[in-house]
Amino acid sequence: MYILRRILQAIPMLLIISILSFALMHLAPGDPASAYITPKMNVEQVLKIKKKLGLDEPVYVQYFKWVKNIARGDLGFSMTNYRPVSTLIKERLPLTLKLMGAAMLISLIISFPIGLYTGYKKNKSVDKSVTLLSYIGISIPAFWLAMMLIYFFSYKLKWLPIMGIHTLGKEDSFLDAVWHSLLPITVLSIYNIAIYTRYIRTSTISQMNEPYILTETAYGFSKLKILMKYVLRNILLPIITILGMSLQNLVGGAFITETIFALPGMGRLGVGAIFSYDYPVIMATTMLIAILLIFGNLMADILYSIIDPRIERR
Amino acid sequence: MYLRLIKDIKQKLAKKKSAKIAILIISIFAMASILAFLSPYDPNLIQIKDRLKTPSLKHIFGTDLMGRDYFTRILYGGRVSLNVGFLSMIISTTLGTFIGAICGYYEGILDSVIMRIVDILMCVPSFFIILVLNAYLEPSMTTIIFVIGFLGWMGTARIVRAETLTLKNREYVLYAKNLGMKDLKIIKKHILPSILPVILVVATMSIAGAILTESALSFLGMGIQAPSASWGSMLSKAQKYIGSDPYLCIFPGFAILMTVLSFNILGDIIGQIMDKRRS
Repeated sequence: MYILRRILQAIPMLLIISILSFALMHLAPGDPASAYITPKMNVEQVLKIKKKLGLDEPVYVQYFKWVKNIARGDLGFSMTNYRPVSTLIKERLPLTLKLMGAAMLISLIISFPIGLYTGYKKNKSVDKSVTLLSYIGISIPAFWLAMMLIYFFSYKLKWLPIMGIHTLGKEDSFLDAVWHSLLPITVLSIYNIAIYTRYIRTSTISQMNEPYILTETAYGFSKLKILMKYVLRNILLPIITILGMSLQNLVGGAFITETIFALPGMGRLGVGAIFSYDYPVIMATTMLIAILLIFGNLMADILYSIIDPRIERR
Repeated sequence: MYLRLIKDIKQKLAKKKSAKIAILIISIFAMASILAFLSPYDPNLIQIKDRLKTPSLKHIFGTDLMGRDYFTRILYGGRVSLNVGFLSMIISTTLGTFIGAICGYYEGILDSVIMRIVDILMCVPSFFIILVLNAYLEPSMTTIIFVIGFLGWMGTARIVRAETLTLKNREYVLYAKNLGMKDLKIIKKHILPSILPVILVVATMSIAGAILTESALSFLGMGIQAPSASWGSMLSKAQKYIGSDPYLCIFPGFAILMTVLSFNILGDIIGQIMDKRRS
């Protein structure tokens, strides 16, 4: 019941978001037709272009048409290169999802042991230096980090490629793609590593004060076993929520990272669409991100409610 | 009440070394951007014959690709960053506090409607909205301040609302109500002072967030426009020269990092002090 209710709540949210973005786009000065209009054209020619792009009708009519097409699974055509938006997304979404997924996984793998260890060594020098590092991780601008990494690893040491996702002629090589993704994934991960580590550290500290730790120490369990078996299990739960929340950072990060490393993903598609007033692409990207965020949080809540059934009653 | 609290925070901050360093760094950047006019160079004067000079005694941070003194441009860029950080923080904190307090105090339909709106706004990627808005509005520092400010109030509103919900059932608030005190006065006199510490923490951290957002926007070319400089737009121009002139990238980025880091550390320490006060 709870799960069903939450899913049903998501639908009006998506509708409102779509109305908001649509209105926002059309309220703004400038439109995609301006790319095709030259000063020499007369009013008729301009109208013809607008008609061709479907911009001659009132905004609400355009919106209803858009909703009707979406319901049939038709995302429309890009106004800049006339290709179907669904094809554009099919080409670009997998890369972005892979980058985001890899970043999330790596962040978890790195931050769990560090967070547990620094929480256990609270206020020791290891803990203090890790805390400072995580502050830096939260404060460093992603694009600057990317530039610095490119400078050191690509220009100075010449270990890693500067941009792109493939070496020419090696389009099918998986290893080559991984090679090209190393720096982008690092940039995407840093912020999350810092956030997760801080979170896991705090949870570990509060768990270490629980009475059960004392009991188990009295039973003679080793510290390592207590940490790995009992503390870990208790902090896994709140981590799920953090994962849901970190999606927003990942999306923002993907925009920046894909732009700097010239990766053909959704982020670059979105930024490009904004610059060229490509309405259908802007709408599709916004909705896709909204769906990702809403369902990410939804998944987190559902997982949480499965693990801790008391949530439903709230 | 306000004065005692601020005095208390000041005393405790003075005891923390990291807090002192953070405040020192922020003051240096603030002074530098205020006194930027003392620099002998014009930040926007193009002198092509001096272009891309590496750091020297004459130009301590070198010159950019238009021959402009890089140090001076960084000083003026700091003005933009700090202005955007502070002013959009004031907008988002004021809005968030006001909306959160009203929602928490009155509850009811108004509260549920506004909280739904908050849910929705938090699900639309804020970075994306900012990008879209900025592409359509005339890009300028004022626009950026308003856009970041008006899209950043939701977190504050949620926190203030939650605090107000618990505070309004405290005895002293109920007494004040029974004595016939007006609602707005109760919020002002009895609720807000108790939430102030929390607001202070959120506000400090939101300065850091705003500075980062501004730099990212300017980097993507949707923020501060030429010839004015912001640290983000300087980095955007420097991107092509990473290989040949890395100093163009290092200085502005380091300035962003130090400023944001200082505000984040400061906010965190104030939060820790508050936690101790409460318990």
